[in-house]
Amino acid sequence: MSIIIENLTHIYNPKSPFETTALKDISLCIEKGEFIGLIGHTGSGKSTLIQHLNGLLKPSTGKIIINGLDITQKDVKLKAIRQKVGLVFQYPEHQLFEETIYKDVAFGPTNLGLSEKEIETRVRAAIEWVGLPFDEVKERSPFELSGGQRRRVAIAGVVAMKPEVLILDEPTAGLDPKGRDEILEQVKSLHRQYKMTVILVSHSMEDIAKLVDRIIVMHKGTVALTGVPREVFKHVELLEEIGLGVPQITYLMKKLKAAGKPIKEDALTIVEAKQEILNWMGRMKKC
Amino acid sequence: MLRDITIGQYYPVNSPIHRLDPRVKILATFIYITALFIVKHFIAYSYILAFLGIAIVLSKVPVSYMIRGLKPLFLIIFLTFGINIFMTKGEIIYQLGPLDITKEGLFQAVFMATRLILLIIGTSLLTLTTSPIQLTDGIEKLLNPFRKIGVPAHELAMMMTIALRFIPTLLEETDKIMKAQMARGADFESGNILNRAKSLVPLLVPLFISAFRRADELAMAMEARCYRGGENRTRMKELSLHGRDFIASIMTLTVLAAVIVDRIL
Repeated sequence: MSIIIENLTHIYNPKSPFETTALKDISLCIEKGEFIGLIGHTGSGKSTLIQHLNGLLKPSTGKIIINGLDITQKDVKLKAIRQKVGLVFQYPEHQLFEETIYKDVAFGPTNLGLSEKEIETRVRAAIEWVGLPFDEVKERSPFELSGGQRRRVAIAGVVAMKPEVLILDEPTAGLDPKGRDEILEQVKSLHRQYKMTVILVSHSMEDIAKLVDRIIVMHKGTVALTGVPREVFKHVELLEEIGLGVPQITYLMKKLKAAGKPIKEDALTIVEAKQEILNWMGRMKKC
Repeated sequence: MLRDITIGQYYPVNSPIHRLDPRVKILATFIYITALFIVKHFIAYSYILAFLGIAIVLSKVPVSYMIRGLKPLFLIIFLTFGINIFMTKGEIIYQLGPLDITKEGLFQAVFMATRLILLIIGTSLLTLTTSPIQLTDGIEKLLNPFRKIGVPAHELAMMMTIALRFIPTLLEETDKIMKAQMARGADFESGNILNRAKSLVPLLVPLFISAFRRADELAMAMEARCYRGGENRTRMKELSLHGRDFIASIMTLTVLAAVIVDRIL
């Protein structure tokens, strides 16, 4: 499931005083099985971009080719694309509407016209995958659950459609640290187990650094930077200029380096940094 | 998609009409509507058309933008036209199967359709050139004299401000939920009426829930900032009348007088 974006431009409210260009001539390529982190300041065009990937928005100009199929053409079956590219919006718990959790998660698969049996297997798998006990919760109302659990039910609703690409728009916004770690862990396992292509939109540099294979940095409707986390986070000044930053631990390592300590400054996670600092201290003892 | 509804959405430019006092604009709109309903002949429409034409040119709002706002109402205009043309009795000029088109019917249909179009364009000019805040300020001031007989002017204005303030928010929310359900394979656009009505459930339930949640949060936020009714509240922008307001008032009254004279004669 590769995604190729060619010269994509999107203009909201064209020919009116509210006209705004949200995306300017974007070209990107996302390989099958990649784990992409999409970062950018509010209003940089992230949400607009991801809504193009399953045909919710039509580009003003440009092409989007998914698995060799140009989805911007008129006669494309959008339902089939939306099955292949699952999109979890920000605060997805706001979309829940059914009386029971089972019915809500089954909404997507039912729309795909699957058999009763297939729907049940998928719903069970999806609910269990997000870490909720299926038999206990299936008959309960989604509105009885806590915020974090509701969000998981909503994510399960998209996963139950078995997409090949999963796009999550800030899935951890407003969750407590435990809920955040659990959801990210589950996303990681989807990527590993099913070789799903994942695009994660996030504001947390720590999460991004820990999880993704490649980062795409958006700024004012264009792609400002793209590359593996270690490369991207070297551009501290540029990232700060566009209102982002690098993981806290990278700042610490930079400070240590600036203070003249002989360590590598490009550590991205706490584990890496710890190892690096221990190594350095070990070297100190020897001499 | 939903954001494309332009009827009456404030059009932010700087024009003499935009700068008019909202009270004058609201009253002028009322007089304009009254005049429209007094009209009996097409000749009198020409006065109103001239008045509206001047107002539109001065307002700097593009005519195409207004026509676009008319689009959602085409059905109503068309229905009015259809009903009038077939249902009026009189001298038959053409027969269409069981339906008769009469001379009076044709006149009536064109007359009514013109009235509707002028009504919609005229009233939308008010909201196109007046921001919601100015509009509610104007209404509050206009209702103030009625406070003595128990009209809660400030509260009404506040309710309107809040309602207007949340229209775009709710539209945005609808758009978002619609997209979220479409991402799960929901289909809002095809099928018969029954299926379409059913397909609205996944949209309406979340929308109502979020509307109630928003209302709750807003009430809490207002109370946290010690909001209480209109007594002794001062405002940042006091309304005051200028020369242009008097000119506009005189012009509006002239049109009303002309229409009345035309009707009597």
